[in-house]
Order: sequence, then C-alpha cells, then structure tokens
Amino acid sequence: MRVSWKRQSDNLVILLLALALWQGLYAYAGDVAITPPWQTLRYTAHLLGDRSFWPNVQATMLAFLYALVISAIGGVGLGLLLGLRRFAGDVAEPVIASLYTIPKVTLYPVMLLLFGLGLSAKVAFGVIHGMIPVILFTLAAVKNIPPVLLRTARALHLTPMQTATTVLAPAVIPEIVTGMRVGFALTLLGVLIGEMFASQRGLGFLIINGINQHNVPMTTSVTLLVVVFAVAANGLMLALTRRVHRAGQTMH
Amino acid sequence: MIAMPSRATRVIWTRIAFVVGSVLLLEVLCRLHVIKPLTMVPPSVMLTEMVRLTLAGEISGDIAQTTTEVGAAFGFSAVTGFMLGALVHALPRVRRAIDPLLASWYAVPFFVFYPLLVALFGLNSLPLIAIGVVFAVPAMMLSTIAGLDRVPRVLRKVARVHRLSAVQEVWLITLPSAAPHLFTGLKLSFAYAFIGVIAGEFILSSGGLGYGIAYAYESFENKRMYALMLLVLLVAVAVNGVLQFCEGRLARRRARL
Repeated sequence: MRVSWKRQSDNLVILLLALALWQGLYAYAGDVAITPPWQTLRYTAHLLGDRSFWPNVQATMLAFLYALVISAIGGVGLGLLLGLRRFAGDVAEPVIASLYTIPKVTLYPVMLLLFGLGLSAKVAFGVIHGMIPVILFTLAAVKNIPPVLLRTARALHLTPMQTATTVLAPAVIPEIVTGMRVGFALTLLGVLIGEMFASQRGLGFLIINGINQHNVPMTTSVTLLVVVFAVAANGLMLALTRRVHRAGQTMH
Repeated sequence: MIAMPSRATRVIWTRIAFVVGSVLLLEVLCRLHVIKPLTMVPPSVMLTEMVRLTLAGEISGDIAQTTTEVGAAFGFSAVTGFMLGALVHALPRVRRAIDPLLASWYAVPFFVFYPLLVALFGLNSLPLIAIGVVFAVPAMMLSTIAGLDRVPRVLRKVARVHRLSAVQEVWLITLPSAAPHLFTGLKLSFAYAFIGVIAGEFILSSGGLGYGIAYAYESFENKRMYALMLLVLLVAVAVNGVLQFCEGRLARRRARL
C-alpha cells in the first residue's frame, strides 16, 4: 500500500514538472506560440462540446482503424511467414530493418501520387509507418521459439493445428503484443502526418490549419488531445504486454 | 569440384539478387509505362539525376545544412542521453518515477509539436535540431541504462579485488562491458536524429534535403524529387548498414569474452 502511494506521488511530481515546463514555455514564447495549461484545458473542454469538432475525430479514427487493421494483419502474417521460412527470413530481415530507419515522411509525395488525396493516402501512410515494427517483432518471436518446444510437439504427435494453438501461439503472442504496441504508436503518427499535409479533415488537419490561421488555442488543444490519447493507449497496451509476458513466464 | 557456398553466403547473394531484381522490375515497369511517368521516374533516371545534382553542386547547400543539423542533433543526443542514462541508473527512485515516461515516449507523435517548436525558436535550424534531440535522447538513455544494468556483478567484484579507483573501474570495467548496448544506443540515436531532422525539414523549413523534396514535389519536378529521395534513402541505408555491421562485431566480441 505504501509503495503504491509512493509511486502515485512520484507520478504526481512528474505531472507537475511537465505542467511547470509548459507554463515556462508559455512565459518564454508568449501567446503567439502556445497557450498556457489552464487556458488550454478550458479551450479543450469547449472543443469537446463543439459539434463541428467530432467529425474530425471521426475522420482520424476511421483512417487510423483501417491502417491499424492492415498493419496488424499484414505485419503478423508476413512476420509469421518469414519467421517460419528461415532462409527467406534471413534474406529479408536486414532489408526490412533498414526500411525502418529511413525517414518515411519523405515518401509522402509518392503516396499521394499513388493514392491521390484523401482517405486511402492517409491509410497507406499509417501502414508504411506501422507495419514494419509488427513484422520485425513477429519475425524475431518466431525465430526465437526454443527448438525444444517444437520437438516436444512432434514427440507428442500433435497435429499442425494443435501445434499452432498450444505451442506456437503461446510462445509468440507476448512478443507480437509488444510489436503491436510499437505499431499502434507509429500508425497513429503516420495517419496524423498524412492529415497534416493532404487532408481537409481530421486532427492533423486541425493542427496545421490552426497554424495557418494563427489559432494558437486550437493547435495547442488538439496537440494535447492527441498526446493524451497516445499516452493513454500506450499505457493500456503496456499493462496488457506485462500481463501476457507474465502469463508466458509462468507457463515455461 | 566446386565447394558448396556456405549458408551465410547464399543468404547474402539471395538478398542482393532480390534487391537488384526489384529495382530492375521497377525500371521495366516504368519504362513500359505500366507505372505512369507522372507517378514515378525509372530508377536509372533517379540515379543519374542524383549524381548530376550532386556533382553540379546544386544541392551542396542543402546537403551541408542537413548534415550540420543531423550532426548537431546526434552529437548532443549521444552525450546528453548517455549522461542522463548514467544519472538515472544511479538514482533508483528517479528511475522508477520516469520509467513510465520513457516507456510511452515513442508513443507520442512528436511531429505534431513541430509547429510549436517553430513558433518557439523561429524558422531556422534550431527547431529541427530540437526535434532530432527530442527523438534521439530517450533511445540513448534507454540503451545506456540497459548497458549499465548488464555489467556482470562478478566484474564489479574483480574491480574491488584489484582495488581499482572509481575512475579506473568506469574506464576499465564498466564502459567496455556496457559497450555493445552503448553502441546500439548510438545507432538508434543516429537513425532518430536523421528521421527527426529530415521530417522536420519536410514539414516546415526553408532549406535542407527534406525541404528540397517538398519543394520539388510542389513544383512538379518529379525527376529532382525522386533523385533527392534516393539520396536520402541511400544515406540512411548506408550509415545504418555500417553501424549494424560494427554492432554485430562488437556484440560477437563481447560474447567471446
């Protein structure tokens, strides 16, 4: 009990430090750059009550959902395939890893030329950001399955289906969940950047539009909302990751 | 009799064949206009245009600006990240407190802050370096912490047995032992600094390679745009390849010890 209280107070200190930093930035830069915390919260409350705000949230969430589903299915599928076919996996892994390090923002024009303005370009942009980490984590998970588990499955004469559900899945799911957490964050990043350039709707559009119209409260509030959403979702997935990792450990 | 090539050699040659094959396929598709010239220019055209631009010195200014910014962001992040990592490692309470912060750091889509940074620092190199730093420092911190965590206890005991001073212990035991993780940290911070700076230039800037791509796109100069993209891509892949190679060697040497 005491420990958790201590942890809560630590978190509170961090939060207060962040707010102090924010207020400090406001004091340094002034109204033209950023609105202070209290004013931002008030504006955010006003924004959440505004009916014209919600279609933008909906647009972002729709693109994000599509991109996430494609990243998840494609990433896990490719990762499993490359992990099970060792040779193909060894050939492909460094290529995929170096795709991870290129600044994908610069590929934005290609996406626009291929998909045109609108939903599909946003989704594609989310996918090229989010799918790679899912592939890499899944691939690593399959490659690192202890061979003894597979030998046991063979010794017990399990059918391929049984092997998949009782041996492979429990062995790889913790790592896949970790990959999904990273993929989730990057997919969101990709979709938002997509909206910042080539969209007439969505939260990314509101941020860039706020800049162009010098609507500082709008930019700061939407940025805050996006960050709170990303951190909250990450926290939930982190808790989930810890649970599946622990479940995996007790099994071995 | 010809000796069977080893598996590692076959993997490498298959990889090269795959990459070359994909580029050739792209070339053919572009030449046959299956991919419209308005969408993409053939890879050979990208390459010749890239070489021409580089040799003609047309993009020397942009290259210099981007290199300076990435260098500044990387250097600052490596030093700061290392020091912060070591500091946090030494203070368990602080570490527990900022652990959730570090874990969710890369979940925050930092590019949404970029406009704020421009408003704070002005439209110059500083916001670009700042976003590179914000991106790269936590990676270096996390790697430093991981490296220091994995210094074997027995080596610390060896240091005590030999009555090493604190400085000697750090120099002879801690740093060499943590080296592979520190190097991974350097590799990641380079990649993040590079991504941060180029993306920042692309979004809002007045110079640098990222800006060059955005500008060429807006003025429909497809050839130039693809040439610059290819340059950025090659630099990223080349630097990452070299660092990865060194990282692998370092890790293997550490494993042998």
